[in-house]
Amino acid sequence: MDKPFAITLDVGSSLANKTGTWRTNRPVYVDRLPPCNNACAAGENIQGWLFHAESGDYEAAWRVLTRDNPFPAIMGRVCYHACETACNRGRLDAAVGINAVERFLGDEALKAGWAFEPVAVESGRRVLVVGAGPSGLSAAYQLRRLGHAVTLVDAGPLAGGMMRFGIPQYRLPRAVLDAEIARILALGVRLELETKVENILDSMRAGAYDAAFLAVGAQIAKRAFIPAGDAARVLDAVSVLRSMEGEEKPHLGRRVVVYGGGNTAVDVARTAKRLGATEAVIVYRRTRDRMPAHDFEIEEALQEGVLVKWLSTIKRAGDASITIEKMALDAKGFPQPTGEFETIEADSVVLALGQDVDLALLEGVPGLAVEDGVVKVDASMMTGYPGIFAGGDMVPAERNVTVAVGHGKKAARHIDAWLRGASYVAPPKHELAAFENLNPWYYADAPATVRPLLDMVRRRSTFDEVHGGLDEGNALFEARRCLSCGNCFECDNCYGVCPDNAVIKLGAGHRFEFNYDYCKGCGVCAAECPCGAIRMEPETV
Amino acid sequence: MSHQPVKFYQTGTFTVGNRLLTPESRTVQASEARANALNSGHRACQGCGEALGARYAIDAAMRAANGRLIAANATGCLEVFSTPYPESSWQIPWIHSLFGNAAAVATGIAAALKVRGEAQTRVIAQGGDGGTTDIGFGCLSGMFERNDDVLYICYDNEAYMNTGVQRSSATPPSARTATTPAQGAQPGNTFGQGKNVPLIAMAHGIPYVATATVAELHDLEAKVERAMAIRGARYIHILVPCPLGWGAASQDTIRLARLAKESGLFPVFEAEFGEVTSVSKIRRHVPVDDYLKPQRRFSHLFGPQADPQTVAHLQRLADRNIRRFGLLADGDAPERVPVPEQADERHAAPA
Repeated sequence: MDKPFAITLDVGSSLANKTGTWRTNRPVYVDRLPPCNNACAAGENIQGWLFHAESGDYEAAWRVLTRDNPFPAIMGRVCYHACETACNRGRLDAAVGINAVERFLGDEALKAGWAFEPVAVESGRRVLVVGAGPSGLSAAYQLRRLGHAVTLVDAGPLAGGMMRFGIPQYRLPRAVLDAEIARILALGVRLELETKVENILDSMRAGAYDAAFLAVGAQIAKRAFIPAGDAARVLDAVSVLRSMEGEEKPHLGRRVVVYGGGNTAVDVARTAKRLGATEAVIVYRRTRDRMPAHDFEIEEALQEGVLVKWLSTIKRAGDASITIEKMALDAKGFPQPTGEFETIEADSVVLALGQDVDLALLEGVPGLAVEDGVVKVDASMMTGYPGIFAGGDMVPAERNVTVAVGHGKKAARHIDAWLRGASYVAPPKHELAAFENLNPWYYADAPATVRPLLDMVRRRSTFDEVHGGLDEGNALFEARRCLSCGNCFECDNCYGVCPDNAVIKLGAGHRFEFNYDYCKGCGVCAAECPCGAIRMEPETV
Repeated sequence: MSHQPVKFYQTGTFTVGNRLLTPESRTVQASEARANALNSGHRACQGCGEALGARYAIDAAMRAANGRLIAANATGCLEVFSTPYPESSWQIPWIHSLFGNAAAVATGIAAALKVRGEAQTRVIAQGGDGGTTDIGFGCLSGMFERNDDVLYICYDNEAYMNTGVQRSSATPPSARTATTPAQGAQPGNTFGQGKNVPLIAMAHGIPYVATATVAELHDLEAKVERAMAIRGARYIHILVPCPLGWGAASQDTIRLARLAKESGLFPVFEAEFGEVTSVSKIRRHVPVDDYLKPQRRFSHLFGPQADPQTVAHLQRLADRNIRRFGLLADGDAPERVPVPEQADERHAAPA
């Protein structure tokens, strides 16, 4: 006992006091599903690739992106970005310009010549993909990466499907399309053009294929019966847009009427304007808010001088004019004829009333079911015939490039499993990262970056791309507007705000761990986590 | 403003760290090498704002002093929960003497270091609002008046929490405490009592006075760093919400500190030689209700026996702070307050 006066005990550290025993709730780190990822029809890990883009590692971002979608430069131009509609940042100031950053990454990849990782192991199995549109190309890409020998056949003269023969050049320059397709072919996908599959079972037998993925699209234009004079020029939108890719541009005349209200109708009207039409008029039987075309495309078309006759149907087509009837919406919102007519001048009428699928190649395939003109598939994208899968516009779904790419990926995973005699089970989805899970205080105010638009004179007269891209500076800014909903981005908040030092920092890229020996379960970390990556769970007794 | 906001780095301006920032622009708390001056195992309540504020401040001071720091602590929660004999959570030289003499003890330590020629070792005195604004006030004022080389940090949780939530001279008007019950014609603490020690410190004309909250770490650390770069008497007053005494949920500690500042009830500023040199602007202005409602000590102002007059009175006090300190980003400039002559004498003195 040689202690100072009145001192009887050795000094000890409070570490002996395991305050973790006080806890009734415990914090746990979670990964929640960001709403952008949830909304993406192609199943992209958007938050995941933005994370890399934020630190300026564009190649890593591109590699994460292209795991799910081989077409960032295309998607960055033509995708209708449901991700941005779902984006939680929209509740703060404006959604993150995901689509613009995606395009930037796609363009960077083309500029730098980034290639996909070569196929590591050949599986020895052979898969036939019919149709070189977005769905077929996506499936071919995914199947090839899984080691399968893929033959991609298409009836057309060039690959790309509706991306080439449906989407005008002012939205998707062909150099971009060609480059992103070439990158897939470079993986060793065999492409056979101008090859029409007459009967799928014969083709599979002849080529000794183990499975097939069908994505022939919807190419046949729907017609409507319109009484027309002999000299009347009535065309369909599919062939007008297709002939834009050939030597002979379509002869539409000076006054063009487009009949329909979808994106295709808008595309044709804008194309007609660029071909020199003084008047391009869309005739649509309902109102603008009910138009299936995307509003921003209608807006751009109107800016370019396209006119729209709302609540109108075409009754008759003559050689230089058409007669339209005014409609009125009934109580249920359906257009009803009013008996009021109007005549407008028209050199040609283009019908853009939707498309049907050419199902000829499926004749005689047992077990295969067709409903409403499209092929029925199960949850694994397989048709009623084992080993034949289908996707894209020929199966029941929304028809756009993003959905098609998603179908291709999903089918490829199921085909791969089916070839191995297994079944593909998608990993369980995380719970959604809702806005209420976030602590938005921590995000700096940062308004969205607006992409430059081509000037109006050139928009009206040329097929130059309307939307410009972001440069490195504003792409980085835009990527950094991401809130990283539901996924830790290592802001150190939990590590800092714990009154009990009960958070262990594991170092860059390794996130954090709770020290439950001392964590009292106050919940400050969860409350102050900006992105909602911590959940409080009751302790079990 | 002592803390420069970082633009457009997603969250870099407001979060503790951020992988996209250079290590220099992250906080001390973001570093694995922080001193953790107040270590795990202390017996503060769940979500204690004072434990958090003390670690924030002392870790920042430790970095500024290159680890050569001595702290004198007044009696109070911080002393009791950190150091029940013979254990301590402190990982720095630390002394507790009496409730009222922390400033005097620190003055003594500073004098001893000066005599021994150890000027690089710095001295901090710290205490709660009770030990600072009431019991230790005489010693504190003496330390200011003599301009002793001590940084005094007050962790203000607005009552005597350790002994059972009794009113102090830092308790806000209308707050319910054990000694100001929510009963009678004027429930809670009386309007027109109490004192504002940051302003009193400024009236001493000392080199540095600042207020801060646990909700703004970058700002708090910048102020500690600034204070540590100055010699003489310095004072930092940190608002530290108390879940127990305020009747708030333990996870709301930082949120309440943020709302106190964003409502204007707790102005965050810094002053040198008696003059306000910068204020932390309100970023998302909220009515005082947003701050008061989550706290049971103000619950008598709401609910069935709601007292909108008193809430309006508190709102006027917040508005007055906003006007006087110029707390709104696009608001008027702050009002000027006369400065005592001692400030000029100290300021102009040869180094």
